[in-house]
Amino acid sequence: MSAKEVHYQIMWNRLISVLEEQAVTLVRTAFSTSVREAGDLSAGVFDRQGRMVAQAVTGTPGHVNTMAAAVPHFINDIGPERIYPGDVYLTNDPWKGTGHLHDITVCTPVFVGEDHIGFFASTAHVVDVGGRGYGPDGTEVYEEGIRIPIMKWAERGELNHDLINILRNNVREQDQVLGDIHGLAASNETGRRRLLDMLSEFEMPDIDDLATFIFERTRAATMAALEPVTKGVYRNEMTVDGYEKPVDLVVELTVTDEGMNADFTGTSPLSNFGINVPIVYAQAYFTYGMLVALAPELPNNYASLLPFTVSAPEGVILNAQEPDPVSVRHVLGHFVTDLCLGAIAQALPEVVPAEGAGALWNFQASARAADPESLLAPVEMLMFNSGGTGARPTLDGLTATAFPSGVMTMSVEATEQVGPIIIWRKEIRENSGGDGQFRGGLGQIIEVGPTDGYQFEFSAMFDRVDNPARGRSGGKDGAAGKVYLDDGSEFSPKGKQIVPADRRLILELPGGGGFGDPADRSDEARAHDEAQGYVS
Amino acid sequence: MAVRIGADVGGTFTDVVIELDDGSFESTKVLTTHGGPEEGILLGIERIATEHGVAMADVEQIIHGTTLATNALIERRGAKTALVTTEGFRDVIETRTEGRFEQYDLNIVLPTPLIERKDRFTIPERLNARGEVLVPFDTAAAAKVIDQIAERGYEAVAVGFMHSYRNADHERQFRTMLLERLPDMRVSISAEVSPQMREFERFNTVCANAYVQPLMANYLFKLAEELRDRGADCPLYLIHSGGGLVSVETAAAFPVRLVESGPAGGAIFAADLAAKYGRERVLSYDMGGTTAKIAIIEDYTPETAKTFEVARTTRFKKGSGMPISIPVIEMIEIGAGGGSIASVDTLGQIRIGPHSAGSEPGPAAYDRGGLDPTVTDANVALGRLDPSTFGAKDITLSPPKAAEAITRAVGEPLKMDGHTAAVGIAEVVDENMTNAARVHAVENGKDLAGFSMIAFGGGAPLHASRLMDKLGLDELFVPTGAGVGSAIGFLRAPFAYEAVRSFYTRIEDFDVAAVNDVLADLTQEAETFVRQGTDAELIVERQVSMRYKGQGWEIPVKLPAGDFDEFAAESLGASFTKAYEEFFGRAIDDLTIETVSWAVRVASVQERPDQLELTAAQNMISAPSARPIFDPVTQTMVDSGVLDRESMSPGDGVEGPVVIVESQTTTVLGSHHVAVMQSDGTLLVTRGGTSDNMKGALL
Repeated sequence: MSAKEVHYQIMWNRLISVLEEQAVTLVRTAFSTSVREAGDLSAGVFDRQGRMVAQAVTGTPGHVNTMAAAVPHFINDIGPERIYPGDVYLTNDPWKGTGHLHDITVCTPVFVGEDHIGFFASTAHVVDVGGRGYGPDGTEVYEEGIRIPIMKWAERGELNHDLINILRNNVREQDQVLGDIHGLAASNETGRRRLLDMLSEFEMPDIDDLATFIFERTRAATMAALEPVTKGVYRNEMTVDGYEKPVDLVVELTVTDEGMNADFTGTSPLSNFGINVPIVYAQAYFTYGMLVALAPELPNNYASLLPFTVSAPEGVILNAQEPDPVSVRHVLGHFVTDLCLGAIAQALPEVVPAEGAGALWNFQASARAADPESLLAPVEMLMFNSGGTGARPTLDGLTATAFPSGVMTMSVEATEQVGPIIIWRKEIRENSGGDGQFRGGLGQIIEVGPTDGYQFEFSAMFDRVDNPARGRSGGKDGAAGKVYLDDGSEFSPKGKQIVPADRRLILELPGGGGFGDPADRSDEARAHDEAQGYVS
Repeated sequence: MAVRIGADVGGTFTDVVIELDDGSFESTKVLTTHGGPEEGILLGIERIATEHGVAMADVEQIIHGTTLATNALIERRGAKTALVTTEGFRDVIETRTEGRFEQYDLNIVLPTPLIERKDRFTIPERLNARGEVLVPFDTAAAAKVIDQIAERGYEAVAVGFMHSYRNADHERQFRTMLLERLPDMRVSISAEVSPQMREFERFNTVCANAYVQPLMANYLFKLAEELRDRGADCPLYLIHSGGGLVSVETAAAFPVRLVESGPAGGAIFAADLAAKYGRERVLSYDMGGTTAKIAIIEDYTPETAKTFEVARTTRFKKGSGMPISIPVIEMIEIGAGGGSIASVDTLGQIRIGPHSAGSEPGPAAYDRGGLDPTVTDANVALGRLDPSTFGAKDITLSPPKAAEAITRAVGEPLKMDGHTAAVGIAEVVDENMTNAARVHAVENGKDLAGFSMIAFGGGAPLHASRLMDKLGLDELFVPTGAGVGSAIGFLRAPFAYEAVRSFYTRIEDFDVAAVNDVLADLTQEAETFVRQGTDAELIVERQVSMRYKGQGWEIPVKLPAGDFDEFAAESLGASFTKAYEEFFGRAIDDLTIETVSWAVRVASVQERPDQLELTAAQNMISAPSARPIFDPVTQTMVDSGVLDRESMSPGDGVEGPVVIVESQTTTVLGSHHVAVMQSDGTLLVTRGGTSDNMKGALL
């Protein structure tokens, strides 16, 4: 290694720093709750062939390689000969972007003089895309909102006002949505300028040599990380609640010298509702699971993602095709990580945790006047809540913590400031972690009701009510989730229902599975659990 | 006589600075005494007074900052504390944000709550977001909780109820009941400690306050008494995290406000220098043994924030510590200090920190058993630090040990020679600090173009000229007293108190009367605290944090003086739009605008320091070339001058490559830098060369 390579490292760090600046700006200005609380965004820089050179570390694994896969689509659909300085492209195509219409990806080519040297791209979840609104009830993607094919938002610096006009007439909260798209374009522009500054500072004509250096380094490290995994085929199955019927998720992981392929043959067929997953999104959560288990230090780029491939027959729920509905693809998508970790656990028993709550228990409600005569304005509400994670081979699971999602919850006080809602209780759910040498993370109990003359139109989407998180290596299952009203009446964990003005909805979030034989749990750990009231 | 003393108690050293009646400063360093924390500072104060022939009775003022509260939080050495909270919210401080601060770590360990679950009690009571009672305060249940508190022998109690920032009645009611039963109990209520919306942050802040209060109150009162016993009957003031002074009584009631007071002193030190030189936009850069801290100073005032995080458990990572919502001078802190350890990761990349060799065993060059190469070792290997002039007593730097460690831990794994490895370490740490500064600027909506840099702390002057180049800045000031900057800063701080309270309203239905009430309350509260320390003329600064409805992050908007009238909403909306444009380049039409938190800062009027004219080089001195030192401009070892800073006089200029040595630090100049000593002894470093020359400097 030479001094020159030290300089490559410096430039690599700089590139990541530029992307972090880009991501920070997006979070600060975004209108979408899931961007600011869940980090549901990403930013990346690509070489001229569309290979991702670096990506900002953000909150969502869902963009891990959906982002990487997007830019080649842009090159292909725009056509290399129609890429000009001053252009900006965008799309929200679920199959060319990140798996549902709510994520808008904006891509900006970078030129040095007349020479095209690469791209910046960024993605963020926007507040609305029209259609039925966010939820699983569309039966085709057409009902889920406006679909923007890959097209030019700006050409040679001229904004495409026709497109802006079409969007303005097809989405709710137009100012916020267009504001976020402008924000994405502006962040790419910042990245572009900073990259040009960097090139002139380091006296580089383009980023090709740097990209080669990054890919070589990353590839070597990725292969080294994969090396200890015994080559072979590993299977796992997991049943989750699904929407209208239970869903069997099946994976066959094949590990070779070249990498890993996850094949989802045997997985349940498509749903009639928008819980279907475009395979690129399943691939993201598969890849995330493998990287977090094998190579947590590796950066996401073309070379680190290349060895992780997926396959599935058409018609399975993890390989949705257009025009299948895919709006809430994250619910099953989040389970893909535990599914694939469960397979690789056979090769890495010392590394992989037990199953966890997996999917978030998002509280999504439309507050409407309980008295239809009243003039109370409608209010939309969204809260993220997490159950327990699976116990680790050497540690208890995490209580009320998101995994694999990187989402954070919102402050109860802040939520009550913006909507007619009272959250009466948000507390650890005792006895909900699976027993084991290491205990599963505890879920939580939430009691919530409308106030100020409102009722809730509630779109429920709660999983692991019928299928709890399973323990591993002798550990017990975590507690299943429960959903009911405070007068004891039933409330379905799935579908549209009303929470009346004087009632409270009670959610008992699932706990994580335990790890190892409960007989091996230390006396100290049991005494601590009891003293703190985690277990009674 | 106007002799004042500033004392900064750090983790390892206590710095004591005396300002003599001619305005000059002298300083001393003593070891911090952890057993009896007042002993070290008393020793330091007596020593410096004796050395300079000052009788304790002639000391006019003693200003003190300490890491004691911070360390008690980090090391969990606080009181046995109970938390009393609203039924249904027992676990707020444990479930935190429900997020993981590190996405790619399966074995992540979340910070343990400051107060364990078994010590958290709940009472039926509930307010809504407007502060109206939904569930009345249950006195019978409260009495039972108080029984348990009495039985279990708690030393302190934190009280945090939902929405108490809007209505403190229930919290006060509980405190009254508790004190009736247990009159000596130390009680903190969240409506007084931190009346800001967001329960996790507020509850955690009141817990932290209660947790350190017995320790801090005992310490402060004892220190005041000991000082009196030694004849110093002058007032003792404490510096707080927002960079102002408060009385011992206020500090003892709200000790959580003392957290991060040392770094705050550093920022004031830099702000004072910025004012002297009329530099309105400044990046302050402080580098010590384990971390580097960077703050933005505009209009001679450090940027402030309303919440920050202490006791980060993992690699200084955001989210791995505990949030404290009090007014604080905002800075970014990264694991890049002289003792930060260099290593090679799985990608074959050089990484610096966050692990630090500390002062024991210290860098390999200290030859005290440390085997890991550190930033200091790289500076030794590159000739920047000289064994014969290194400041620390009892340490003889060993260049061979430094070289050996670098070669073994970085050179060999990367198949590069030791020199190249040392260059790599230096470059990477400089780049890390540069990137942190850039991201910090972006987070605050600033562009660093046109900023000046002020460097202090033992490590910063070694790296600052390089950072200046990498950030594209044109000026670097290296003041005297760089090693005790915080303690000097204490002596420049105004009496100040910032009161903050969340009050949520919208521009479209703006509640003029209620806002005027909030601002009046806050002004009175802040003024009361400030008046405990001074009769001086006061200034009142007010601001509100605002956002578009739907956003989660607010930007500060300064308010004009005077009460709001019926036109207030409109002008406030316009001010927000303007501020938003400055922050993000573009405002958005037709969106609802919200206010979230209101803040009033009351401060004594500070005499602006006399403006200093820049001194041009009148006398270029040539430092005899002494030894080869690495020059980042040419990327080679070049014969460089070594100059004793004390030998320079105002107006003396020197061209790089040169190192300017003093007892507490070393200022390193690359081959295209020029330093000119100013009238107050500050070194002003600029790039002497052309823009072509500069390009080379940036590699």
